[in-house]
Amino acid sequence: MASLSVALTGNPNTGKSTIFNELTGARQKIGNWPGVTVDKKVGIVEYKGRKISVVDLPGTYSINARSQEEQVVSDYLSESKPDIVVNVVDASNMAHNLFLTVQLLEQNIPLIINLNMMDEAERHGVKIDEQALEKAFGMPVTNTIGRSNASVRTLLDVFTNTRMSNYKPSKILQEHIEKIHAIRTSDRTPEKMEEDIITARYDFIDKVMAEAVTINAADKSFVDKLDNYLSDGVSALVIMLAMFYLMFQIAFNWIGQPLADMLGEFFEENVASWATEAMISAGVADWMQSLVSDGIIAGVGAVLSFVPLIFTLFFCLSFLDGTGYMARVAFVMDPIMRRAGLSGKGIMPLIMGFGCGVPAIMGARTLDTHKDRMISILVTPFLTCNAKVPIIALFAVMFFPDNAANIVFAMYFVGLAVAILMAKVLGSTTFKGQESTFLLELPPYRIPDIKTVLLETWEKGKGYLVKAGTIIFAMSVAIWFLSSFNSDGMTDEMNESYLASIGSATSVIFAPQGYDTWEAGAAIVTGVLAKEAVVSTLGILYGADDISTEVDDAEETSATLLATSMGAAFTPLSALAFIVFTQLYSPCVTALGTIKKETHSWKWMAFAFFYTCAVAWIASLLVYQGGKILGFE
Amino acid sequence: MTKVNFMTLSEAKIGSVVRINSIEESVLTPRLMTMGLIPGTRVEVLRSAPLGDPIAIRLRAYNLAIRKDDAARIEVSPVD
Repeated sequence: MASLSVALTGNPNTGKSTIFNELTGARQKIGNWPGVTVDKKVGIVEYKGRKISVVDLPGTYSINARSQEEQVVSDYLSESKPDIVVNVVDASNMAHNLFLTVQLLEQNIPLIINLNMMDEAERHGVKIDEQALEKAFGMPVTNTIGRSNASVRTLLDVFTNTRMSNYKPSKILQEHIEKIHAIRTSDRTPEKMEEDIITARYDFIDKVMAEAVTINAADKSFVDKLDNYLSDGVSALVIMLAMFYLMFQIAFNWIGQPLADMLGEFFEENVASWATEAMISAGVADWMQSLVSDGIIAGVGAVLSFVPLIFTLFFCLSFLDGTGYMARVAFVMDPIMRRAGLSGKGIMPLIMGFGCGVPAIMGARTLDTHKDRMISILVTPFLTCNAKVPIIALFAVMFFPDNAANIVFAMYFVGLAVAILMAKVLGSTTFKGQESTFLLELPPYRIPDIKTVLLETWEKGKGYLVKAGTIIFAMSVAIWFLSSFNSDGMTDEMNESYLASIGSATSVIFAPQGYDTWEAGAAIVTGVLAKEAVVSTLGILYGADDISTEVDDAEETSATLLATSMGAAFTPLSALAFIVFTQLYSPCVTALGTIKKETHSWKWMAFAFFYTCAVAWIASLLVYQGGKILGFE
Repeated sequence: MTKVNFMTLSEAKIGSVVRINSIEESVLTPRLMTMGLIPGTRVEVLRSAPLGDPIAIRLRAYNLAIRKDDAARIEVSPVD
């Protein structure tokens, strides 16, 4: 039997994705619509011997192509012409949802109108006469209860049994379409025309609603009562801070990071040493041993150690999003975030950036506009992630023993200030004119569908492993090569490697910042691999092998390094300039790989690398030269 | 008619119910209208965010957050 193509359309917050997940389960592929940062979700279901491919189109309120999402929906429907278009409508919010329905019908796209969340609608006193609705539109009407698998499966019968060609627009719908046509062909200003069309659509919706829907206004709803605490007054701020704290703790202290550390340790202690022993006993060549243990295994370890963090964080984000609470976060934070040129929702990924930039960059996906997503991705690397803290801690203790804590605090502030500044700069230059308005639906609070939360978490983790992982792995091996080879072949001494040559070449550009030693240059280069590597590279190059990169050991490490020539290589001022640079310069390879994955563009990845380096170079210059003018050394 | 009856949505008291009279022309107008803010619509002002902006309103049986700047473009009159 022939295959069948089905497309799901609908507003955000209608449970459309839950229906998609119930229909397709794990047999779905998440890709990307060409050229945009919008998820493309496709799944295949076999039913009664037929192959049904289901596309979950992005949730939109209209199809005017004002956003990437709207463009995607409109292009897909006009170009791919799916056999069946399902319009998922939140039954408890029909008056607003039907706007998209009417607009789709005006384009002569026959629809199955699926009333979702019928249970919730009934609780809200909304009664829908499905037959009357079917008559009003002339289109088939079905209903589902989002989280009930059985009710969603009945849709498959509808898909296979419905012949869309049997349905013709009703008389009142035809009249409406003619009216719209008349407005379009009249001589009004484009603005007036659009306004009249929108008004006509709502007039039509009101007519349909009057025939098919009765609403018995219930008393003050649960949502409003909850919102009195969650999005009003001081309690909203307190609860929000508590929520941020909780998520941060779960991701970086309680579950995510500890799991990541365990995985990293397991790799280092078991896999790497086992592989080394196996290779030694097999008499494998030295370079091969080094490639396997220092290049490949270390690279795989680097990729894998981020996985628990990503899974934990996305589980939390996806869960909160499913409850409807994220919309309240955006509501409360909007005035603050707007000053930085972002909208309220952007606070969540940014906060995560203080732990690790990788999930923070991936979290930008949840933002509503292309501009918000891009700015958020591009400024996150400036924030002080966990891996940068050891650098600051070491230099603070070494060169500012009396003010170490203040220096650490100041660096957090510098990172945040630069992130906000660059958000403003990017918002008014590169992404200028891409309006970031704030018209946000505050959906009812709901218990998230766990299947959807788990699938989303899984997809994020898988996407990271497959797409970002390969890039990170390749870069790790490349850096291994640079640090283990020179023109004569392999070398055990890192200070004779290509990396050292690159480091000394690089160091030239830091003359105006006061740290133009090749050691500092090499540390900056390896720091791109992982920020912690700045400390360990300095240790190796100044002849203090195996120093700890843990923040807690900063004092001990500092004492060891002060005994080497490093103590004389930096003045307090050049040390400060150096930490400012390492705070702000290029994201690590893992973050770069993630940026490539999220923006689908090598160009943006390269941009992220070069512009952060440029910003860091300038900031560092200002610190050093400014400090000198003020008489510091 | 006195001007007393006219105000913008941003000036409407929290808890009050108003009806939209008109929307000032801007690039935002179609977006506001798409979300259901059209002349004649009944709107309840629910609350303002803890930091004073944006405000939450209820219209067509759903809740919407809107910035005060944008709400100031919408002229409304009170409904008893």
